[in-house]
Amino acid sequence: MTAVSSGPEQAAAGPGGSEVLDRVREFLVGHPTAGADRLAFLRARFDAGLARVDLPPGQGGLGADRDLQAVVEDELRAVGAPEHRPSDNPIGHGMAGPTLRAFGTDEQCRRWLRPLWTGEEAWCQLFSEPGAGSDLAGLATRAVREGDEWVVHGRKVWTSLADRARWALLVARTDPSVPKHRGLTYFVCDMHAAGVEVRPLRQITGETEFNEVVLDGVRIPDTDRVGEVGQGWAVAQGTLMNERVSYTSGTAPRHSGGIGALLAAWHDHPERRTAGLHDRVLSLWVQAEAARLTTARWEQELARGRPGPEGSAIKLEHARLNQEISQVELEVLGDAGLRYPDYSERAPEPVPWTEAAPGWRYLRSRANSIEGGTSEILRTVVGERVLGLPPEPRIDKDVPFSELPR
Amino acid sequence: MTTLAESPPVGDLRYSEVEEDLRAAVRALLDRRAGWQDVLARTETAEPVDRALWRTLAAELGCAALPVAEELGGAGASWREAAVVAEELGRAVAPVPFLGCSVATALLLAVGERDLLAGLAGGDRIVALAVPAASAPGEPLVPLAVDADRISGDVPGVLDAAAADVLLVPAGGALYALDVTDPGVRVTPAVSLDMTRPIADVTLDAATGRRLATGAVVADAVAAAQRIGAVLLAAEQLGVARRCLDEAVAYLRDRHQFGRPLGSFQALKHRAADLAVLITQACAVARYAADCAATGASDLPVAAALAQAHLSPTALRAAQECLQLHGGIGFTWEYVVHLFLKRATSQAIVLGTADRHRAALGELLGVPGPEETS
Repeated sequence: MTAVSSGPEQAAAGPGGSEVLDRVREFLVGHPTAGADRLAFLRARFDAGLARVDLPPGQGGLGADRDLQAVVEDELRAVGAPEHRPSDNPIGHGMAGPTLRAFGTDEQCRRWLRPLWTGEEAWCQLFSEPGAGSDLAGLATRAVREGDEWVVHGRKVWTSLADRARWALLVARTDPSVPKHRGLTYFVCDMHAAGVEVRPLRQITGETEFNEVVLDGVRIPDTDRVGEVGQGWAVAQGTLMNERVSYTSGTAPRHSGGIGALLAAWHDHPERRTAGLHDRVLSLWVQAEAARLTTARWEQELARGRPGPEGSAIKLEHARLNQEISQVELEVLGDAGLRYPDYSERAPEPVPWTEAAPGWRYLRSRANSIEGGTSEILRTVVGERVLGLPPEPRIDKDVPFSELPR
Repeated sequence: MTTLAESPPVGDLRYSEVEEDLRAAVRALLDRRAGWQDVLARTETAEPVDRALWRTLAAELGCAALPVAEELGGAGASWREAAVVAEELGRAVAPVPFLGCSVATALLLAVGERDLLAGLAGGDRIVALAVPAASAPGEPLVPLAVDADRISGDVPGVLDAAAADVLLVPAGGALYALDVTDPGVRVTPAVSLDMTRPIADVTLDAATGRRLATGAVVADAVAAAQRIGAVLLAAEQLGVARRCLDEAVAYLRDRHQFGRPLGSFQALKHRAADLAVLITQACAVARYAADCAATGASDLPVAAALAQAHLSPTALRAAQECLQLHGGIGFTWEYVVHLFLKRATSQAIVLGTADRHRAALGELLGVPGPEETS
């Protein structure tokens, strides 16, 4: 997950390339890499502003230009420094960090950003509910104020990493008497607090990648509220923006990903080749290559500071192509496409997409058009925000949440 | 996978400031001289091709010979800029022989012919390659009889031949330039499905012309020129697709039924969104092809085939959706949409249909069909 995301943009008034390089070398004098303790090294690196140089001082950065991060990474790699692994804490890096930096207090940033970056504390998000998926603002989890605390009751679903997360981003309803978007508040929830119960949710692959989280009288100090009371929708929108970005970053080489696996299957199974399948494989190659070039173009525009509307388009195509390519791959495999590695209930191991079994890829890809905003919601986003088409008439915008049919 | 080549570098897929300036100049001219009512009215006249507009585009904006060096009378730019012009010409379904002349330009450049290039660059002479418009790059050429440099035979459905002054004719392993005034040359304009880009049938009866090149180089040069045509056609298709989406979106915003703007209905909004997504992809593909053509990248054959395989169905779908989203008025002669539908339909056939380009990709990428063994 590369950093095309977020964060407050810093003016180029910060240190330049040679100054950043000096800082790295200076840092390495005080923190030799030989025999270094990984965690201690990463903490010190954060404190030295070398975590992400474009962020402000105190938040792991130097207020430098974003491009200069490469100077840091190259230098640290050259001396074999302990590795930073953002993939250990995807929701922390992709969503919690940007949200805290944009909406959190100084104290909250001080408390959470460093262990988030080092990976000591993993994060998850408590957004979706059984009764609130695409219509997130219709969520029913209640937070009631009691003195300096909030008492939370509710049920959240589709929470990945809840079993190992230390903290959660939580949106709860604090005022049901106002229209739904206005009665929400954003919190950070301690996943070790009393009343938090994590139950694995089994999915169609057989695995328990996601969880259901029951919140039964969980007490959250008011100091762990992010943004104002009633401002939760705006904060959540900021988080979700980052989610869509983080789902779609990186320009891969030609033939990487699912299309590479499909071509490999095609080569390995000459006996399965028909004219009809041949044209479908080539047609998918065309679409996959188009999607790859679209991502490349989007990143070029981002580099020029002119992000286009491609973000939602990229996610829509990514979902559709993963599904179609993996389906045709099963057809190419024939007999082997009838087999599945293992349906036993278990927590999944993270495996690169193309190294997973074809049947698993086929099944897992069905979630691509649901997670991070369904394809239907994204089409509405494209229609309204990109094309400027008028919104659907709404019956739920000016009615108190408590009076909505549910 | 050993049979698949390494990932080629991806050039700049954005529009440069120079390209945007060129676009603005071309669009301003076309808005003035080729509004859709003018274009529609011209289709029912004796002169469906707008030669005066073509001369202005060529002489004032240098659009006829953008990639030709200045010392040869061109603009000293590249196929990237030419692609931007193609986008605008597609957007306006402008009845000018840009595509045919661009293929001829690429061919003349390849065989090192200077005199014809100069006339072509100034817009004074329209030059067309005499092969069937539907031929994909590298497809076998129509066999013509050559007897002592006198050429005979039929070439049906030639792109931009109706207004051509000179025909480039590959025949008997050589390439000839034939003046259409030669008594052995007969050019018969056809009633064309795409009225803004008429095709014409060429009949040669012991026609004589100048021999420009001989040998294997001819077939290669013709294929390479058609490939450039495929790249520019993709850009033109992008222009058509964008215009169709713009027209559809404007109509969905304005038109009210059931007391609401049409665009507020999700069923219609999502169709427009799907088009927008498709066009976003098409833009990246078309820009990649234009950049490969401009830089002479080794990936050009793949990029050109990819561009046609992607843009043909995209432009066609955009035009068909545009018509359907307009409802009844979209089916009327007096409305703009049929011009785009007809152009997108001819574009999907000209220089090879999408499936032919997919088949070409299969060979270029080493993805063999059922009976091949590689």
